[in-house]
Amino acid sequence: MSDYITTIGLEFHAEMKTKTKIFCSCPTDFAAAPNTHVCPVCLGLPGVLPVLNKHAVELAVKAGLALNCQISEYSKFDRKNYFYPDLPKGYQVTQFPLPICKNGWLEIEDAAGQAKKVRINRIHMEEDAGKLVHSGDNIGNSDYSLPDYNRAAVPLIEIVTEPDISSADEAKAFGEKLKLTLEYAGVSDVRMEQGSLRCDVNISIRARESDPLGVKVEIKNLNSFRAVHRAICYEEMRQAEALEYGEKLIQETRLWNDALGETRPMRSKEDSHDYRYFPEPDLPPVIVSPEWVREIAATMPEMPDQRVNRLRSELGLSDYDSAQLVAVPALALLFDEAVGLGAEPKMCANWLLGDVARLLNPDQPLPFTAADFAALLDEVKSGAINNNSGKEVLAEMFATGGKPADIIAARGFAQISDSSFLEEAVAKIIAANPQPVADFKGGKQAAIGFLIGQVMKETKGQANPNMVREFMLKALSE
Amino acid sequence: MTYTQMSMAEIRVLLDDKQLSSRELTEAYLRRIEKIEPRLHAYIKVTPEQALADADAADSRRAAGQCLSAIDGVPMALKDIFCSEGVVTTCASKILYNYQPPYDATCWAKLKAGGAVLLGKCNMDEFAMGSSTENSAYGVTHNPFDPDYVPGGSSGGSAAAVAADLAAYTLGTDTGGSVRQPAHFCGVVGIKPTYGRISRYGIIPYASSLDQAGVLAKSCYDAATVLEIASGQDRMDSTSAPQPVGAYREACGRSVAGMRIGVPREFCGEGVQSAILDELWAAVDKLRAQGAAVEEVSLPHTPYALPVYYVLACAEASSNLARYDGVRYGLREAADNVYDMFAASRSAGFGAEVKRRIMLGTYALSSGYYDAYYNKTLQVRTLIKQDYDRVFADGFDALLTPPAPSQAFRLGEKVDDPLTMYLQDVCTVPVNLAGLPAIVVPVALHQGLPLGLQLIGAPFAEEKLFTAGSAIESARLVPSGL
Amino acid sequence: MSENKIITAADVEYVAKLANLRFDEAEKAETAVKLGAILEYMQQLNAIDVTGVAATTHVLELTNVFREDAVGESLSNSSALANAPDKDGAYFKVPKII
Repeated sequence: MSDYITTIGLEFHAEMKTKTKIFCSCPTDFAAAPNTHVCPVCLGLPGVLPVLNKHAVELAVKAGLALNCQISEYSKFDRKNYFYPDLPKGYQVTQFPLPICKNGWLEIEDAAGQAKKVRINRIHMEEDAGKLVHSGDNIGNSDYSLPDYNRAAVPLIEIVTEPDISSADEAKAFGEKLKLTLEYAGVSDVRMEQGSLRCDVNISIRARESDPLGVKVEIKNLNSFRAVHRAICYEEMRQAEALEYGEKLIQETRLWNDALGETRPMRSKEDSHDYRYFPEPDLPPVIVSPEWVREIAATMPEMPDQRVNRLRSELGLSDYDSAQLVAVPALALLFDEAVGLGAEPKMCANWLLGDVARLLNPDQPLPFTAADFAALLDEVKSGAINNNSGKEVLAEMFATGGKPADIIAARGFAQISDSSFLEEAVAKIIAANPQPVADFKGGKQAAIGFLIGQVMKETKGQANPNMVREFMLKALSE
Repeated sequence: MTYTQMSMAEIRVLLDDKQLSSRELTEAYLRRIEKIEPRLHAYIKVTPEQALADADAADSRRAAGQCLSAIDGVPMALKDIFCSEGVVTTCASKILYNYQPPYDATCWAKLKAGGAVLLGKCNMDEFAMGSSTENSAYGVTHNPFDPDYVPGGSSGGSAAAVAADLAAYTLGTDTGGSVRQPAHFCGVVGIKPTYGRISRYGIIPYASSLDQAGVLAKSCYDAATVLEIASGQDRMDSTSAPQPVGAYREACGRSVAGMRIGVPREFCGEGVQSAILDELWAAVDKLRAQGAAVEEVSLPHTPYALPVYYVLACAEASSNLARYDGVRYGLREAADNVYDMFAASRSAGFGAEVKRRIMLGTYALSSGYYDAYYNKTLQVRTLIKQDYDRVFADGFDALLTPPAPSQAFRLGEKVDDPLTMYLQDVCTVPVNLAGLPAIVVPVALHQGLPLGLQLIGAPFAEEKLFTAGSAIESARLVPSGL
Repeated sequence: MSENKIITAADVEYVAKLANLRFDEAEKAETAVKLGAILEYMQQLNAIDVTGVAATTHVLELTNVFREDAVGESLSNSSALANAPDKDGAYFKVPKII
């Protein structure tokens, strides 16, 4: 099979992290009993009107700033008209000709390790639809469906890239970078598995750079970036095969089936996609003045690339460690706080990327504070407890949320650094082990390890190992 | 004079003097409704129990010296387009048969907080689409002055109820003349304030950028009283106006000396019934006699208002009425898949005129026609609005026009010819397109039917309309033979 | 009834589908005639030049009308479902989609 050139554009929908819906005061919490976070407005009852959530506008602007977009001074809302049982009003309020942000970019690394800017066409605000529970295992074999409108009118941003992406790897890298960027910007929870971040792929292939773009296929139902990657690889192959055999590709929407590892044409009523967009008469235009943009910009947290740079150049972490830390915002934020409280950066990074990363549940908030974590590192660094005890204390902090000092006291982890006690213990072991003592004195250096180990065993591991070694050497040289 | 014939201002005196209780007054209205309503059908639903309970509450407040407002204890009615918690709200459509809103429209909540006594919900054209109240799923309303004639529309029930003394005042809505034209046909005062003056929250929309609630009453003063209470910015309506509410009652009866009134020539040409023009010139003489200057003016884009209105209103309506899909409320027809259910429910639930306007609006917005129809109408709307801006910038305080080309027409006369029916709105729709306030006041009876005149003002110049309107309004026109 | 030039029965069918309305053949023909007459009347808009004229979508010059991001009252599940033509437990219920 000959090599084809792949052209990919991505479309993301991210639920914004507001307390309330975009046009009414219903809460946006994820897990609520069905149809309880609803009111006349988001149910689309006759006579209701939308009122725009100011914070949704601020978050959309934040997304725009994080993705290097121009922020539109004047933007407005439109209605997109279509019928579906998850859409309470028979139209979706969205932004069509005048989105709030446009012309942005985000940098990724291409296959050669070179920086590549992927352009962002636009970011617009819109309302989410409700959720349908189907009676069968999927929409196709259901006898009936059950709308739940809790999610209806949760504020979304739609982010549309230019078709600048040319491989599954790039698409995955872009998706992950975008996810991280939105998370650091505080715009969205970006939980793909919960649907607060969704990604659709537009893909076409062609034989030569000089050819016009191929037939565009849209892929939906992608619940992870791994699925995005697999679906693109599958489509590249399917489309190339079709072209090799002289089949005609059609412009269509296909659904990714993760279990089967394939895409299939979406079955639907022949939808003409004549959405009859027109300006939303119920909502006045939104003016984002340069002054307001500056105010929002002043609240922007550090973006991923800046963070990596700072960890590397200011705190002396390796490229690898910096990137690894920044890739998990919970760890990176904990790192900054702990270092701010006096933790040593390198040690802190090692702990975070090791035990903390292993124990971290990404779906739950950390059960302890950065101050607790910094205190733990301090106990280890000062020698109050040893490294292994430190790990156990951390595990308990994760399990119970307890304070390190309390755990150390309760578990008796405190290291013994009492000189007279340790000298006595060393003397006792030397007396009880004449053979290894003789070995050592006869030049067998390794024997000291055994003797120190005996002291540690005697003290249940709580003796300060450095002091034990010191006293042991001193006693043996006498 | 019986209690039900009295204006609200007259009733107020009796209530305040404790010569009359709200319960007695409400019972008088309910008795009259029972007697007249079978011949008129101004109401879709009468709510006697609620009315009497509201009246008793008003009486106890008054006894305790805690009267809420100038409308406290006065029986009134709402067009069935205003959502009222606990009272079925149908919009005169089969698709909302038995629909119970879980909330009150803001303007209704304001009147309620002022002590209004609700007698019931008035008949109308389905979804306010019509000019004769013949498009109701619940039967036609008759003109109180002659049952063979229409009361106008779409707020025909609201106008007929006031004219026939079946309510002291009513609320209507006006998207293209639906308060003013029925006021003209039924011989009552009808004011449509500036777009955004009264909150639209809880008013079932026809065309969002044009809809505005209005008041139908027995006098300018009564209309002013109600408008003061119903108006004001609402945080539930992003398009409601922040401007302070005027002192409308004070404006009634004020001298018109020094006012400049324009008579737009485009409204007075061929096709307007001569009796209406005669009355218009008589009113001009009256205004001049009281010291107002009256001059002819021109609004050159007036002829385009009607096509612009119908494209725009129908386009918005096609979207506003998409929510009636049989899922969350309203009529559902059984079908074995959801799309067939949508189409079956909507086809069974909407009447012919509503379907026609949804079709027209969908067509105007559909791919390939958007620029030719919808977008062009938005541009012509700008030109129409600029005509008015210019005249008001030239110093005119109000414009005097016919409210419609003719007096009330016969039932059934135009109902099968939608275009002829649409032409009824030619004098009223430009006002909605420009978002302006306008009032219709009764001036005469001609051949047994009422006849009114329209005054149009600059945005938020309702006070001037009440001043000029009260200078030309006739004594109350009373239908004989009811 | 002759077929109108401006809007054909096929147009009616297409638009009816977009609007989720259903007409039988006689209604389709009648709708085409009546809409045709209305659209013909609309043609007078062709006479007017609107080059460079801004579109008016809102008559009041309001901008930035916002609400704060504060949680208010929602409906109870039972009032949310009170007017539902069909329901199943806490859900609305609709016939199958495909």
